[in-house]
Amino acid sequence: MPNLKDLKNRIESVKNTRKITKAMQMVAAAKLRRAQEAAEQSRPYTERFNAVMGGLASSVGGSASAPKLLGGTGKDDVHLLVIMTAERGLCGGFNSNIAKLGRARAQELLAQGKTVKVITVGKKGRDSIKRDLGENFVGHVDLTEVKRVGYENAQDIARDLLTRFDGEEFDVCTIFFSKFVNVVTQIPTAQQIIPASFDEAEDDGASTLYDYEPSEEAILADLLPRGVATQIFAALLENGASEQGSRMSAMDNATRNAGDMIDKLTIQYNRSRQAVITNELIEIISGAEAL
Amino acid sequence: MANTMQFDLVSPERSLASHKATAIQIPGADGDMTAMADHAPTITTLRPGVLTVDGPDGSSQYAVTGGFAEISAEGTSVLAEKAIPVSEVTAADMDTLIALATDAATNATPEAKDAAAKTLADLEALRAALNV
Repeated sequence: MPNLKDLKNRIESVKNTRKITKAMQMVAAAKLRRAQEAAEQSRPYTERFNAVMGGLASSVGGSASAPKLLGGTGKDDVHLLVIMTAERGLCGGFNSNIAKLGRARAQELLAQGKTVKVITVGKKGRDSIKRDLGENFVGHVDLTEVKRVGYENAQDIARDLLTRFDGEEFDVCTIFFSKFVNVVTQIPTAQQIIPASFDEAEDDGASTLYDYEPSEEAILADLLPRGVATQIFAALLENGASEQGSRMSAMDNATRNAGDMIDKLTIQYNRSRQAVITNELIEIISGAEAL
Repeated sequence: MANTMQFDLVSPERSLASHKATAIQIPGADGDMTAMADHAPTITTLRPGVLTVDGPDGSSQYAVTGGFAEISAEGTSVLAEKAIPVSEVTAADMDTLIALATDAATNATPEAKDAAAKTLADLEALRAALNV
């Protein structure tokens, strides 16, 4: 049985841990609110954008002259996976879930004999995927210095992707991120962004006939690259909210576990204390009897 | 009073304006156009320029970079890549934008060279117009 001093130290140290996790949980809650607001404010843009693109894509998409970003390169050999994770850990299964999804897809593609290239966004994902797919890495985006993800960050990533696409470095590009549902549920998601696919469902069928200025094709050619940035930005924001949500629930669990542990240790401590007192009493009494 | 229509100005990061307007001057890629209520449904891309909105409560101006405008029966929505109220544009903002565009123009592929050069010229015109 550990002695009283050790137990006391143990309890103190768990109490400190609980304080830290509690603080982290509260910080994550505050950041989550900000991240959710950011995601909500970007929604009108994304929705309108996708609605217009959906309409344009369905009217131009069928033709052979459709831009490569929409129609694809005609091949399906080289896949670029953009795996977006957090820069920090201690957020439950958030990073590993995304990494797992990305890794599974990569292995599936490799098994089919395709070439796989990987770009990681966020340090944590890179660390965990490096072991399996290290030789497939072609780039990494570091957002450690970025306090608040802005559209510029998404544009930088998009520009890099488009340059690679123009250089025919890949045929299909898929992004991996975590969709935010609520604090306890975040769904790791794969979304293909090049060639672009738009939800036809958003088209309400009876769409208005628009005049296009300049031509439909020119607008599409202008907007498709922006679409890549928009989708990446939306994914980054979803990811930001998911990360904080995930961290919040992980830290909530940790705080609760620390509480349970403290209770258990306190009981143990009290029992040992009583045992020590009883022992002392027995010693005194038996000493007195011996006289 | 003139007829009004709904006007929305949204950028990827947030929604900047949403109110009734009587006339909206849009810097379209093929030339400026003014949208008023009951305008024919149109979608146009934007060039860097000044977007002027006249509403019942006075008019406001925004410097926009790229994006597009959708004019429909319900109203006009402008989806700008970057939009700043004219009074808040600083020389530093313009410098960054122009530096980016210059960079893009020099590195552009031959077929994209014209478009990049045009964006740069538009940005410089915008800067001159704003006088910052």
